[in-house]
Amino acid sequence: MAIELTSDAKHFRDKIAILSGEDVSICYQCGECSASCPYASEMDLLPSTVIRLIQLGQKELINSQCIWLCSTCLSCFARCPQSIDIAKVMEALRQLNLRKQKYNMDLGKISSEDLNRLPQVALIASLRKLSG
Amino acid sequence: MQNNGSEKTKVKVYILGKEYEVPSSLTIMKAMEYAGYRFVRGCGCRAGFCGACATLYRTQGDHKLKAALACQKTVEEGMYLTQIPFAPAEKSKYELRELKPSPNILIQHYPEIAKCLSCNTCSKACPQDLDVMDYVQAALRGDLEKVTKLSFDCLSCGLCAIRCPAEIVPYNVALLARRLYGRYLLKAAPEVEDRISEIKEGKFNEEISELMQMNLDDLKKQYNEREILI
Amino acid sequence: MMVSKMKLFMFPGCALKTTALGFEASALSSASCLGIELIELPNWNCCGTVHSLSTDDVMHHLAPLRNLLKAQEVDHDTFFESNGKLVTFCSLCFNTLKRSSILIRENTDKRNIITSFIEKEEYPQFEVSNFLEILREIGYDTIKNKVKKPLKGLTILPYYGCMLLRPKEIGIDDPENPQVLEDLLTALGADIVDSPYKTKCCGSYHTVANKRLAMNLSYKILNNSENNGANAIVTSCPLCAFNLDNLQKEITQVHPSFRKIPIFYYTQLMALSFDLEDESLGLSSNYVDQKPLLNKLGL
Repeated sequence: MAIELTSDAKHFRDKIAILSGEDVSICYQCGECSASCPYASEMDLLPSTVIRLIQLGQKELINSQCIWLCSTCLSCFARCPQSIDIAKVMEALRQLNLRKQKYNMDLGKISSEDLNRLPQVALIASLRKLSG
Repeated sequence: MQNNGSEKTKVKVYILGKEYEVPSSLTIMKAMEYAGYRFVRGCGCRAGFCGACATLYRTQGDHKLKAALACQKTVEEGMYLTQIPFAPAEKSKYELRELKPSPNILIQHYPEIAKCLSCNTCSKACPQDLDVMDYVQAALRGDLEKVTKLSFDCLSCGLCAIRCPAEIVPYNVALLARRLYGRYLLKAAPEVEDRISEIKEGKFNEEISELMQMNLDDLKKQYNEREILI
Repeated sequence: MMVSKMKLFMFPGCALKTTALGFEASALSSASCLGIELIELPNWNCCGTVHSLSTDDVMHHLAPLRNLLKAQEVDHDTFFESNGKLVTFCSLCFNTLKRSSILIRENTDKRNIITSFIEKEEYPQFEVSNFLEILREIGYDTIKNKVKKPLKGLTILPYYGCMLLRPKEIGIDDPENPQVLEDLLTALGADIVDSPYKTKCCGSYHTVANKRLAMNLSYKILNNSENNGANAIVTSCPLCAFNLDNLQKEITQVHPSFRKIPIFYYTQLMALSFDLEDESLGLSSNYVDQKPLLNKLGL
């Protein structure tokens, strides 16, 4: 399959660079982030794959499921030999959805019982990452 | 009242974008009526108590958005205003007698308070100058007493809910907190309990039947000469 | 040996006032035993966890910065006595407050926008610290001298989670091989168990909307600790504590052979070993009751 770096693709790549503040072009695909990520086995795309697809400007990434699984635990950043903060990149992909009101969390679906027993920090953090 | 016809007694205000000259001593509400508006919404007690006449305004040369109650606030030169007679806000349905004042009770009914950004926009929008952000933060921690104390003078005018970027409706949260506090946490005054017992025992029956049989003039005399204890 | 009185401002955070009351009670009592007076920051807000990662975001830094700038409102003498330190206990609060304090110091634009928005001057600001760092400064020998009841029989996995150690700019220890909890617990007389999962994420906020995900991650940590011989787990984060403790209910349904393991905050074990009163331990609100293990070991 041939991937063409259209102007749309370049625009997407640049947008992610600005929003995350990270230069993903220096990633050489060592896979350390994917090996460290505790959610990797549940993700539709591995973190290192996500980085590669950003290098290729693949806008469809904003529809992937893996970006919502990242909990910004920073295992990836701690181990990346190029010091790329992959969590920031995941956050940028989330923000592109959240800023268009495409949330990944519905307050109405949480049971009253759960709301009673959960520590507030869980709800606060969840709302910050999964809703706008 | 003397009207010397000087321009200083009138100010320019902009109601829904249209310019009017109104006497400077009027409140916004009176000024709007002076200008010919008739209130069928956004007007209630006219005494600063019901919260119906919530108004947002700016003054010329100042970018800041200000909030006030139309029945209380006097007009200013260059005031540019609109009314917010209603704020869309869903109230959680609850039966107070079935609730328990647990730490997360407010979150259970209004989970969106976890989105509070501590931006303080709500406090800035409050015409009663309440510390709205502080009571929302207290609500997040389940501190019902603090919410009650800080929100006591709330009129449910709705301006905080309109302005909140986290889409919280602070006054509904405060209402639940006050109800819970009043019912479950506030200690009943012993004097009230004593008085209720006295009434049940019939201590005041004779006095009451005397009053019920009195004619109007005697009643009026009794009322006007009553002892007022301060 | 007299430990000189130290005064420090403390940021409790929402959890310590509600679901982690035991953490606060044991923190205050064990600190007091060590000669530290913890003064709660007046009129604090939620720290606004988790730290926002977008370069253009200003709004989500309001909450942490508001707390840092409370330094301008507290008693000045105590502020200077404490070297302007603000001690946190909850790892999430620590991480968010510290990362924000660094970002605001380095990013002049954001700092200007925020301080003008909340109408406060820029300085002075608090210096954010975690209680474990304070303990390390005091010295483990000093702590050992306060131990009246060594925690014999407790084989503990010290669980760090994510927020204490990452990113490096705020981490209180080596992110791959931290020792700060190990050193503390050894001074208290307990035995330590190691695990490669001690710095792996517990599932964090996924416990709200994707419980199964959080459960899987917590299970890996709990299972590995037990296989390595731990009979207790120690943590410093109320969210980790909640996940590791509460999700054991769901875990036992999916893995019937799973043996429940109690979770402690490190301050609770400090208070226990210093032989302080029961109320200051706060051992009552967990799903997995901690008392049977302690009774069995005579602690």
